[in-house]
Amino acid sequence: MQNYNIFSLARNALTGHKNWQRAWRSPPLKPAYDVVVIGAGGHGLATAYYLAKEYGVTNVAVLERGWLGGGNIARNTITIRSNYMRDESIPFYVKSVAMYEALTKELNFNMMHSKRTMVDVVQTYPKMRELRRRQLTMDIYGSTYEQISEAELRRRIPALTGGGPNARLPVIGGMVHTDAGVNRHDAVAWGYARGADELGVEIHQQTAVESLLRGADGAIEGVQTSRGVVRAKKVAVAVSGHTTTLTETAGLKLPLRTMNLTAFVSEPVKPLVDVIVNCPDSGFYFSQSDKGEMVIGGAPDMGQSFRRDIKQHVFEDTVTAMLSLFPSFKKLKLMRQWGGHLDIAHDASPIMSKTDVEGLFVTAGWWGGYKAIPAGGLTLAHLITTGQPHKLMAPFTLDRFRHLDFVMEAGTTTAR
Amino acid sequence: MLKIPCPFCGGRNESEFIFGGPVGANRPDPNAVSDAEWVEYLTIVPNPLGPVQEKWWHARGCGEWLTIWRDTRTHDIVEGPDGA
Repeated sequence: MQNYNIFSLARNALTGHKNWQRAWRSPPLKPAYDVVVIGAGGHGLATAYYLAKEYGVTNVAVLERGWLGGGNIARNTITIRSNYMRDESIPFYVKSVAMYEALTKELNFNMMHSKRTMVDVVQTYPKMRELRRRQLTMDIYGSTYEQISEAELRRRIPALTGGGPNARLPVIGGMVHTDAGVNRHDAVAWGYARGADELGVEIHQQTAVESLLRGADGAIEGVQTSRGVVRAKKVAVAVSGHTTTLTETAGLKLPLRTMNLTAFVSEPVKPLVDVIVNCPDSGFYFSQSDKGEMVIGGAPDMGQSFRRDIKQHVFEDTVTAMLSLFPSFKKLKLMRQWGGHLDIAHDASPIMSKTDVEGLFVTAGWWGGYKAIPAGGLTLAHLITTGQPHKLMAPFTLDRFRHLDFVMEAGTTTAR
Repeated sequence: MLKIPCPFCGGRNESEFIFGGPVGANRPDPNAVSDAEWVEYLTIVPNPLGPVQEKWWHARGCGEWLTIWRDTRTHDIVEGPDGA
């Protein structure tokens, strides 16, 4: 693999950038593999990479309906954090954040990781109590959360001029999560793809999986794709919103429903806010990208949706809430808007698990799954190769539903 | 924004309603079903790529609970199967 460094950059600059190698191959589709991963998004590519890198399984195909990195990894708001609520969740996200911070070196691909801190703007006392309780749990697991006063909050975020004493919801204080950061989503997809490809994994784009195939013994046998049957004894489903659409073809029911989450981006402006701002009581969050755009996320739509777009009133509600705290943003022009459809489990925690179908694995229910990509890929690769859940993901198997032992997570966006 | 047909008020804006979740299976007698069937009743809802039946509460209107069929691909409110 061509190494990316200052010397290769200089060498290629001298030759007009015409000699860069392709970052990954496009090999012919084979009839069988040891492992098939469905979905070349963050979790699928990370799983394939760690299968090859950590567990030596290289006869792997990643099948993608569209193009690599074109699903929810291109539709999120790139927030990486570990301020979760439950004992089960926090160590997993702490690990994932640490892996993200080392990813540029690991993959020889510039992730543009920017560890810029997340600040919660708190406007109600119940929310403040909930976050302080979260802080106590997070302290145990080595994540960071710290309460700050309203004055300190306004010092750190000068653009926060709304929410004064006469507002309907006055700002009462804030919480600071210094581990949080943002990075470049395309680099995550491309970096993992390039790393996996280098280790022998095959990535097949424009290869839609239409159904899962089961053998006479009920075990998974392979997948039916738009380019023919691909056989594998182990199949991992990493397709976000369409998980149930696929698993139903194998007769498997999962406690998931698919919902749409809204995001939009403003025109680029000069540096104004250097932290990720989360306003849980008002129902929006944003950060300023390196390009200067405000990347804004809102609340989920009511009801299930596979539409991947934005509802006008959800958009308006989000903007109204934002302007109440950041009135100067009224002058911003908005450039792009989109929705992502994600599946959410019955208890709002992810599912990474074997299933009742032998050889079929799912990674789903990723509500805010971008931050979980490295640890999610590593732990799923562990499960696929050893058959046993990694200790970080053991609480997130389907067994928890069997025993009604839910991991009710308040750290996700849905908690709003 | 959906325009949801309330049986009393007629078509009203979605923002007057609170979403009540998809309509799942009828509650079985817990003593008559296996643990697995009971868990399925508790946790699994239909998640179709197409029409789904769902409950809405006209909370900022007349207070009526109603069900509609809505296509998850288009948000169109559609006829349910068998005229449901």
